[in-house]
Amino acid sequence: MAAKPKLYYFRGRGRKEFVLWLLAAAGVEFEDEFFETREQYEKLQKDGHLHFGQVHLVKIDGMVLMQTRAILGYLAAKCDLSGKDLKERVGINMYTDGNLDLMMMMIAVAPFEPPNKKEESFVLVVKKAKTHYLPIFEKILKDHREDFLIGNKFSWADVQLLEAILMGEELDASVLSDFPLLKVFKHISNIPTIKKFLQPGSPKKPPRDSHYLNFEESNLTIKYP
Amino acid sequence: MAGKPKLHYYDGRGRMESIRWLLAAAGVEFEEIFLQSPEDLDKLRNDGSLMFQQVPMVEIDGMKLVQTRAILNYIASKHNLYGKDIKERALIDMYVEGMADWNEMFIMLFVHPREEQDAQLALLKQKTTDRYLPAFEKVLKSHGQDYLVGNRLSRADIQLVELIYNLEEFDPSLTANFPLLKALKTRISNLPTVKKFLQPGSQRKPPEDMKSMEKTLKIFRM
Repeated sequence: MAAKPKLYYFRGRGRKEFVLWLLAAAGVEFEDEFFETREQYEKLQKDGHLHFGQVHLVKIDGMVLMQTRAILGYLAAKCDLSGKDLKERVGINMYTDGNLDLMMMMIAVAPFEPPNKKEESFVLVVKKAKTHYLPIFEKILKDHREDFLIGNKFSWADVQLLEAILMGEELDASVLSDFPLLKVFKHISNIPTIKKFLQPGSPKKPPRDSHYLNFEESNLTIKYP
Repeated sequence: MAGKPKLHYYDGRGRMESIRWLLAAAGVEFEEIFLQSPEDLDKLRNDGSLMFQQVPMVEIDGMKLVQTRAILNYIASKHNLYGKDIKERALIDMYVEGMADWNEMFIMLFVHPREEQDAQLALLKQKTTDRYLPAFEKVLKSHGQDYLVGNRLSRADIQLVELIYNLEEFDPSLTANFPLLKALKTRISNLPTVKKFLQPGSQRKPPEDMKSMEKTLKIFRM
């Protein structure tokens, strides 16, 4: 890579977090650019970069990429984290798509519910994780008894699963209580690049906080699909 | 390839229609197994055929694929409709993800309660003319080529034309001011495989409406 990728988003967690995780796990250094004002957002718009009116954007390898999945797919392929052939890639895509659905609920839906609905929303997401998603990944690990989800090799799917588990644990520390193999899987946190990312002072963002929400509400109307 | 791909879904557009378009455009014959009752869906779930307990599911090349995006990615890659390298693929992904957001509005239109549907349709039309059509017209204008990416047919062109057809069913005037998109539509429609798919009697599904959606929601116990 000629220059470091540049990530643009608000200060705070959001879809960019998925990209941060992947870059970090792949050991790729990057620059984090934050929007603090409306003017910065409007400049990007004026420069013609915001095809679809959204603000999650990465400048990399001479391209301006938008759309979380497009960005993740490119990075995974570039960093050799998307399987060795098409069949492995489709397996990885199935896992990451399913997982992203779950994490979008945690990151892009529940935090934006009105205060009286928020708690209930988070409870529901955790329930969905425990009944709908985590059992699937537990079974995958059980069926092949390998350390990684696909092809016995570290991939994008593993990065995302770890991310989802840690996010789930923030909401409910006991989320893995019924999943012994996922508990073992968590040890991939010890991979040096990931270990570094999980340390304080890394670019990893804390769970949504009020600073983020106030900025967004007062300055912009961002519609999440 | 053992046999033809088998598509498991209800007899309607929904999330499977993009997959039908792509297979058809690639000249791939496929079979369809329609869910007609909640019990049909239960059976698939109990069989372990649906990884996330959801359809669409496509049986292809010895696999049972789920997740619309994963399925489309696989088919496009297999049939050389996904760009020549990972950079072109990233551009295609960017465009089709935008289209997925847009398509979601069509898919969900009749799922909204009746009293909200007029407002949702108005929002769909507004986003169409203010955001999506201009974005794609601009892409074509920026390079002056016949296709969205890499001067070559890709899934992005096919999916865009699918959406243009869908939207013209609601309001043909919406594309009036987008000459390059109209030209793309004509170009893609004239491809022999697509032409065939656009003919009556093909596996292309008719537009959904309130009545068909009520039937469909019953299958999903909604």
